[in-house]
Amino acid sequence: MLRLDQLHLRERALAYLVTPEIEHLVASIPKPVGSFGYDPWGYNEDRFKVALGFCKLLYDKYFRVTAHGLENIPAQGRLLIIGNHSGQLPMDGLMVGVAAATNPGGPRLVRAMIERFFPTVPWLGNYLNALGGVIGDPLNCSKMLEMDEAIIVFPEGVRGSGKLYKDRYKLQRFGNGFMHLAMNHKAPIVPVGIVGCEETMPAVANLAPLARLLGIPYVPVVPSLLPLPARVYLNFGKPMHFEHAGSEAEVTERVEEVKTELRHLIDLGLKERTRIY
Amino acid sequence: MSAKRTVLVTGAAGSLAKRVIGKLHGRYQVIAVDFRRKVDTDAGIPSYLVELHKRGFEDIFAEHRIDAVIHIGRMFAHEKDRLQRYNANVLGTKRLLDLSRKYGVNQVIIHSTYFVYGASAYNPALIDEEAPLKASEVTQDLVDSVEVESLANIYLWKHPDLNITILRPCNVLGPGVRNSMSILLARPLVPVLIGFSPMMQFLHVEDMAEGLMLAFEKNKPGIYNVAPEDYVPYQQAVEECGCRKLPIPSIPPALPRSISSALNWNAFFPPYLINYFKYPVILDAKLFRQTFDWKPKRSLNDIFSYYRKQKLLAKTVRP
Repeated sequence: MLRLDQLHLRERALAYLVTPEIEHLVASIPKPVGSFGYDPWGYNEDRFKVALGFCKLLYDKYFRVTAHGLENIPAQGRLLIIGNHSGQLPMDGLMVGVAAATNPGGPRLVRAMIERFFPTVPWLGNYLNALGGVIGDPLNCSKMLEMDEAIIVFPEGVRGSGKLYKDRYKLQRFGNGFMHLAMNHKAPIVPVGIVGCEETMPAVANLAPLARLLGIPYVPVVPSLLPLPARVYLNFGKPMHFEHAGSEAEVTERVEEVKTELRHLIDLGLKERTRIY
Repeated sequence: MSAKRTVLVTGAAGSLAKRVIGKLHGRYQVIAVDFRRKVDTDAGIPSYLVELHKRGFEDIFAEHRIDAVIHIGRMFAHEKDRLQRYNANVLGTKRLLDLSRKYGVNQVIIHSTYFVYGASAYNPALIDEEAPLKASEVTQDLVDSVEVESLANIYLWKHPDLNITILRPCNVLGPGVRNSMSILLARPLVPVLIGFSPMMQFLHVEDMAEGLMLAFEKNKPGIYNVAPEDYVPYQQAVEECGCRKLPIPSIPPALPRSISSALNWNAFFPPYLINYFKYPVILDAKLFRQTFDWKPKRSLNDIFSYYRKQKLLAKTVRP
């Protein structure tokens, strides 16, 4: 009789996902880890490889991502990547992560901020940590920038990801936190305009009372629970450097500067796009 | 007479204090104190069985001209009930600080714990010394640890002449260590919470003893985290120590606590420490490393291999 373990399904799946190319990319990411392969937040190289292998398939085959300006991501050193948020699920963050991790000019691990309730969910919290996710605490960001890591921040937060389809590609209010981080730690900002993720999960309404009841940010009414295969366009802008600001008003002005640049990058993507799906 | 400084060490029966006493011996006049038993010491080291908050403690100060105190002795949860522990730890420490003032002690080192930060899902990693001490928010059973700290803090600012140094180490492990984590990892079967494996830091007791010695000899008062720059998830540490895992349900949160109380796991997996097996408390010890030029000499694998070998040994003895 045929036994399941004789098929070596696990090994085959791993070999399919973790290609020599992925192995090589992850090995060249400048990321120090401890004697058991972990960093202070629980990032683990082996788990990251498998996830990257899977997301690379999504990137190439499902969302058919076109990325421009990857040369603007420095190969090392602290960095804040600032993007526009959309699409209910964080597919935009994943795609930017894959683009940076497979950047031919020098792969980077991009740390993402995860919702604060995730660590309380069994397995999920540890798993997201292993892939490089950390809870969105300013102290975490400071420590990571001091350790010369790259972080992706969506200053719109859930205002961006939870917005309805009719508001697509309209930037929501930005928090100022990312600008303070960039200035305090002298970290360059690389803006990225993300086009296509709005169409992966177009929401016609948000069931706010239900969301409140469940204690989650939003419950969208969507045509499909799985992200739709929209084509995704990423446009990375030139690194922006900011010196210390004198007042909060000045900080807000600088945030506006980043917003303006983001609008421009989003427009590039929208112009380039000839078909949505 | 020699001009050797006289150092009083509390908790002398414990593994850490024994090592510190060993290092002090010869270069300093040492006095050993413990509340559990009178410790056998080398020649020339007076040893006392005394409870810090009781009358006899002052006699030691009156009899010897004590210059410095290294306060390591702490009553663990599995040793006595909560009230006795509060008295011994909080009132004992208060007494120790008051007597230190009264008898002109000019240096006090206090061995605290990372538990004071509290284990919460919202903890950032690499916690600094300025982070709030949230342990008592979670459980009454850690109130004594937090209060010892706040007491020491008040004295630290109010009485700079005491030169108080507070050390907050991560999990200290190694031969002879009898804290909850060490008792836990010495067991063959160890509880783990299903779906949770928080990052942890471990320090060899000998490295901690060296850290205490540096803090004592360099005398730079303040509060310091003490931990290595190496991290491992709890469940992997359990495996590395040669333990088998006993998965217990993690939600709802009350369930693992009830299991722990029902099975009387107070010595190694007590209900009030369950959150520390669920959420991480990762320390940033940069300040200590830089101030005292300290670096642990033993790796995580060195630490775990002691527990592995103990188990192999037990197997060969009992076939």
